[in-house]
Parts: sequence; structure tokens; C-alpha cells
Amino acid sequence: MAKATTQNIKVPSLGESITEATIARWLKKKGDPVNLDEPLVEVETDKVTLEISSPATGTLAEITAEEGATVEVDSIVGTVLEGEAKPSSKKEPMKAPVKSEEADHPPLSPAVRKLVEETPVDPNQITGQGKDGRLTKGDVLTFLDQHKVTPSETKTASVEKAVKRQEPDQRVERVPLSKLRQRIAERLKEAQNTAAILTTFNEVDMSQVIRLRSQLKENFEKKHGVKLGFMSFFTKACIVALKEFPAVNAEIDGDELVYKNYYDIGIAVGTPQGLVVPIVRNADQKSFAEIEKDILNLGKKAQEGKLSMSDLQGGTFTISNGGIYGSLMSTPILNPPQSGILGMHKIEQRPMAVDGKVEIRPMMYLALSYDHRIIDGREAVTFLVRVKECLENPERTLLDI
Amino acid sequence: MEKNKADLIVIGAGPGGYVAAIRAAQLGMNVVCIDKRKTLGGTCLNVGCIPSKALLHSSHKYDEAKNHLDSFGIKVNNVELDLSQMMENKDKVVQQLTAGIDYLFNKNKVKRIEGTARLRSSEEVEVNGEVWKAKYILIATGSESASLPGVSINEKNIVSSTGALSLPTTPKELIVIGGGYIGLELGSVWQRLGSKVTVVEYMDRLVPQMDHELGAALQKSLSKQGMTFKLSTQVKDVTEKSNHVLVSIESSKGAEQLEADVVLVSTGRKPYVDDLGLESVGVARNEKGFIVVNQNYETSVSGVFAIGDVIPGPMLAHKAEEEGVAVIETIVGQKGHVNYDTIPSVIYTHPEVASVGKTEEQLKSEERAYKVGKFPFSANSRAKSVGTPEGFVKVLADPLTDLVLGVHIIGPDAGTLIAEAVLAMEFSASSEDIARTCHAHPTLNEAVKEAALAVEERAIHI
Repeated sequence: MAKATTQNIKVPSLGESITEATIARWLKKKGDPVNLDEPLVEVETDKVTLEISSPATGTLAEITAEEGATVEVDSIVGTVLEGEAKPSSKKEPMKAPVKSEEADHPPLSPAVRKLVEETPVDPNQITGQGKDGRLTKGDVLTFLDQHKVTPSETKTASVEKAVKRQEPDQRVERVPLSKLRQRIAERLKEAQNTAAILTTFNEVDMSQVIRLRSQLKENFEKKHGVKLGFMSFFTKACIVALKEFPAVNAEIDGDELVYKNYYDIGIAVGTPQGLVVPIVRNADQKSFAEIEKDILNLGKKAQEGKLSMSDLQGGTFTISNGGIYGSLMSTPILNPPQSGILGMHKIEQRPMAVDGKVEIRPMMYLALSYDHRIIDGREAVTFLVRVKECLENPERTLLDI
Repeated sequence: MEKNKADLIVIGAGPGGYVAAIRAAQLGMNVVCIDKRKTLGGTCLNVGCIPSKALLHSSHKYDEAKNHLDSFGIKVNNVELDLSQMMENKDKVVQQLTAGIDYLFNKNKVKRIEGTARLRSSEEVEVNGEVWKAKYILIATGSESASLPGVSINEKNIVSSTGALSLPTTPKELIVIGGGYIGLELGSVWQRLGSKVTVVEYMDRLVPQMDHELGAALQKSLSKQGMTFKLSTQVKDVTEKSNHVLVSIESSKGAEQLEADVVLVSTGRKPYVDDLGLESVGVARNEKGFIVVNQNYETSVSGVFAIGDVIPGPMLAHKAEEEGVAVIETIVGQKGHVNYDTIPSVIYTHPEVASVGKTEEQLKSEERAYKVGKFPFSANSRAKSVGTPEGFVKVLADPLTDLVLGVHIIGPDAGTLIAEAVLAMEFSASSEDIARTCHAHPTLNEAVKEAALAVEERAIHI
């Protein structure tokens, strides 16, 4: 390995307006053999979890950003020493000492060492007044005082705390918000603070969709290799309505209204990390089968945390299906800067009055939340009625009438 | 070396001068060191620290053998004092140690001249009729005993510390004028060897510059050993009368006349600059006679430096040594520095007394808050096992930052124990730093650790 060189493992560009990410998990350990393009580490942004692949074949030489660390785009999280990827059964030859974080700062006196270990301070941030700039206990106490970290935690209250800690049931547990959760929170509040959100409801008789689906589903699956679901019907129905009411597919940009002549429909998907909304692009130009395939792929990616930024950006309208969790009725919240979101709910057999007779029908409540700033109530209500009609008469949708 | 020319002339080969000379030689200078004594080492080695420690040790052994060994189960009959042998031993120690400086000078190629130096100009010194020239001159002439007005020291029965180190016989009665460390150490020597010792002190306490608690504890210990103290007492007159000396004293209790075979005058020391020619060259002195220097130890005459007892500050050998190194390093362009806040002082009585940093009295007068941690040697296992349970360690620390402000020890080996405190303070340690440092068991040092623990009220062994 005379010519061994090291390659930096860099945080890739994460898309517009994303500047930092959190190291979620290292898939390889230091000293592990790695192959070119083999995934090394998972990073989590406010929107996605993605993998950084190895820049070379060799050995994972160094990990500079531990799990949980916040890293910026283009920053280096580790290095790969180029060379032959060794089978992992062999003992790794890297003799780099296993250093803990303690080595990051100059030697500390006993009291200072204890203090910085007990409090969330980084000794490197404190200016030492001791001999040759060493940190004194006073330096740390002053720093803690200035930054409102209570040293009492480590001092007088320590006994009390130690006793409390041994109590069997912890009443609360504090866990840092993940990047994704922080971003969700930010976006939802932004939506509520900006748009004038209003929700209109309707209900749809799903008999025809169900009938058509059961009638065609075997042939459909045989031909396209994907199941015929309800989502494609809803997507198509929405596109019919969106074309009729362009304001629902529009957004406000400053003093202007931006109408969009394309239909990128976001499908909200719940994942273990939180809600993500991958986009079915140009859904108006896609067949039922293409839409179903897109949704299947995106859903799979979302569950695996492998969505890329391009899967998530843009989107002109969103469909959210709370029905899969059993929701009967809800008011979805806008996904800004979009102006409309359709909420689907669970299908329930309910007695309906049909032509003067009571019939049991598979019914679903629909909700449309909309930005009242640009969408009038009449438009919103009619939009939802149009969606309902399309679903109750799926042939109309197919024939675009 | 060009004839009679050097880079540096050091006047005085005491702890300040000889250390400076060696340090300068280490840094590549041609150094000449002039001292009028036959032997090197100045007051410290010849008639100060070293001979007094030799006598303190010998007299302690005598006292131990005579009065204390039986308590350890050792019976010694007919313990006798051979004073001349004791003095011989002392002289041997002095001879060996001063010869050691000769060896060090040779090793470092420091040229040594025996003679009395006199400044001729800012770069010329006359000695033994020859003129030596150097770029830099360092005055390290030290200090001499200060007598009392109207008292003439004859070094026979009215003696300075020098005479008290070489008395031919043990005086029956010894009066010590001045309750500072010199008087108490030499008073201890002769008290142990059989003298009845009376200490007369003008101030209301012993060693007044030290933490008052130490002075009080020391007085108690020494009184128990048989020393008599007359505090707040002024010496009016000292006169010889046949083989005796009469000392007239006066206090609030009235006037009194004491009588003794020998009187030791240990009322302090003054800078020694006789015949140095300071005035002719223009080296300024303050009103007390000390040579005035700037922070680089340079006098009012450029190129002429001064360190040690001859400049203001505590008159301590180790302070002079630190200054000796600092002045040379500064001259060659390094950053020489002496931390005057961490200069320890030690009194080698039994028990010993040692101190570094601020005393409680200083902190009070500075209106500075402090916490106290104290631990007695009576609770220290080692002190108990070796039969020296007297005394205590006191640590003073800042209540907010826990910075150690001062450490005061009276007890066995206090002078050695204090080094730990000095090191801690030099590194701005907190009391907790000392408390969290592992101390071997069983040692006297554990008392220092426990006192540090006591600052935060968590001493274990009391």
C-alpha cells in the first residue's frame, strides 16, 4: 500500500435551501473494508434520510462526525484509505488508537475534568486563565454562570438528583427532535401562520370505484405488474377538478398569484421517521398504471428512508389518506406553498337514502382544506363536488368528461 | 575571553548571584562572579539557612534522645552534648555545600573572583585593584543583620545570627530580641541544647507577617517546649556587665531588666551595599536602602541589574534564586518571570511552619471573601504513628471560583508539605483539584488533601 491515499467522505448537496444534516447511523465501523459506492453512513435532513457512499475502495480510515452530530453540506465526515477492500473476516490493520473525545482538548485539572464531564460545556470554547492558558475550575464556573448553565446541578443538588435518578418510574423522557420532526413542525406552523386555512367536507359513494376495481384488478395487475388501488382514482379525480379550478393548483408568491400548468401531486406517506410527501410528477399525463407504479415506488422508498430530494420538492397539490389509519373525518393542513389538500378517510358501510330507499353503501367522507386567500368558498365546494362526482362515476374520469 | 572582559559580572555569590551566574553561563554568556567570602554561597550557605538547619537538626536529635525516645520504647542513658562535634558537623555541611558551588561554577565555566567589588561605571567593576568590564552588571549582594540603635554587636555575648551559629558553649540564659523566624529558629537550637530562652518581641505576636493562627499555634508549641515570650515589649537598652548582658525592656506592664549570658539580636536584615559605589554610578535606592529596580530588575542605571535581598520583597533565598533566573532570561530576550504570589516561606522550628499565598488577615483587609478548610495533624495517621500530632493545615479558597488563595501549615515537615500547595497555586488550582488528586497513604500530605476537602466541608477523616 505504498501509494495509499485517503479520500474524504463528503456530505453531498442536499438540494436547495438545505445546508445541514444530522448523522443518523454509520453503516461501517472504522477499519472496515469498503468498496467504491458502498453506502457508508446515513444522514438525515429535515426532509429525507440519505446514504453517503464510499468515494473509493479501501478501508474506512476515520470517522470525524459521530452519530447525532450536525454536519454541513460539503463538510467531511470521515476518510477512506484507498487500497484493496479487505474481507471483513480479517482483523483490520489500521492501528489508529481508539481515541475518545477527551483527546480533543488539552489536559485538564481534576476538578475541571469533573466539571466539564458533568455539564454540557465544550472546554475548547472556554478561555483559560491558568498557567499557559490552562482552564481553571473558576474559568469553567464563570463560563457556566455566563451561559446560564446551573452548576448547582453538579454541586449541591447532586445528592438529591442521584436519589431521584434511582426512582423506578421516569415520568418524562427527553429526546432531541430529529431534523425531520423539526422541519415538519416548522412547516406546519408556517402553513397555519400564513394561509387562511378553511376546510370543506363532502362524502362519496365508493360503490362504483370498488366495482370497477374488483372487476379490473386482476387484468390490471397482470398487465402492469402493479395493483390497482384507490389512489390512482383519487389522483385522476383531483386532476379533473384542478383543471376546472386552477386556483386550487396555484400559489401566492408575494403580490402575485402563480398558476401552474402542470400537475405534480404529492401523496402523503407516514413513515417511522414522520410524514413525508413524495411527488407524482405530471400526474395529468400519466395512466392509472403509471400513477400506481409511482406511488408504490415512492412509498417503498419512503419506508426505507431512501427518498431523495428530487422526490420531495415541488408539488402543486397534495392528497392525504388518513383512512388507512381508520380516520372517519379530519381537517388536513396545507403543505405550503400549495393552496389545497384533499383528505381521504376510511370507507364505511353506511345506510344511505338512494332514490327514496335506504341502501347500504360504502361511503367515504372527503375534506378539502384550502387557502381562503386565493380560493373562494364556492370554488372550494364545487371542486370537492367535482371530485365526488368523478369518483361516483369513474367512467367520467376515464373519458375526461 | 578577552582580558578582564565579560558579558556579565555578578556581584555576590549567594543563592541569587550564583544561580544567576550559572543560568547566564547556560545561556552562553561569559560570566564573572565576584564575592568577598572565601567560600561561595553567600549568607545562606555560610551563615544562614544551611548552618542553622544543621544545628536545628542536631539539636532536635539531642532533644529527642534526651527527652522523647523513651516514649517510643528506647532507653538511652546519659545523653551528653558534644557541642564542638555538633559545630564541626555543621561546618562540614557548610564546607561541602559551598564547595559544591565551586564545582558548579567550574562545570559551567563561571569565572570566580574573591574580593570586594566596587562599581566604576555602568559597565565597569573594580576588584582587587583590577577593572573588569562587562555589558551587564548584576548586583546580588544580599543583606546583613540589622541591629538596634545603640546596641553594638560584638558576636561574643551580643550576637547576630552569625554569632549565634557558632557559640562556643551553651549559654545558660539566652535573650532573643525579635520574634521573627531567625530568632525563633536559633532560639530553638539553644533552648534544646539547654539554654533558658526568652524572646522579646515588639509586636503583639510572633512572626507577624504570617497568618495569625500560625503565629499563635507556634507560640503555644514553643512555650510548651520551655521558651518564654515577652510580646508587645520594647527593648530600651542592651549593656554588657562583666560576663553578662543586661537588657532593659518596657511594656504596658512597666519597665523590667533582664539578664543573660548571651543576647541574640534578630530584629531583621537590611540590604548590604557597603562600598559598592552605587552613589558614584547613580544607582538609586529607596528610603529603606533597597535598590530600586523595574520589572526587568534593571536599576536606575541602564545595564546594571539587581536581585535578591538587596531589592524590595521578602528576604528569602528561593525568592532570590527565582529572580536570578528571571533577570538573566529577560536579559537574553526570553520572558523571565517571578510569581510573587506563590513564594513560600518556612520557619524550621519544631513544629515547622510554612505558608504560601494570602493570609486570612490579608484577605480580610482586602475585603475579599474566602472559604477555610482546616485539618489537624492529630487526625492524620502518619503524624500519629511518628509521634508528631501537633499542628494543622489550613487552605483558603475563593468561595466562587474555588481558586486556592493561600495555604498555611504548622506541623511536621510543613516546609516540605507546602511545595504541593505552591505547585497547585502556580497552576491556579482549585481546592477541589487538590482534593481530587490521589495522595499516598499513610503520608503527612494527606492532611493537605483533607484540608482541601474541608474547604467544601467534605473532609473524610474528621
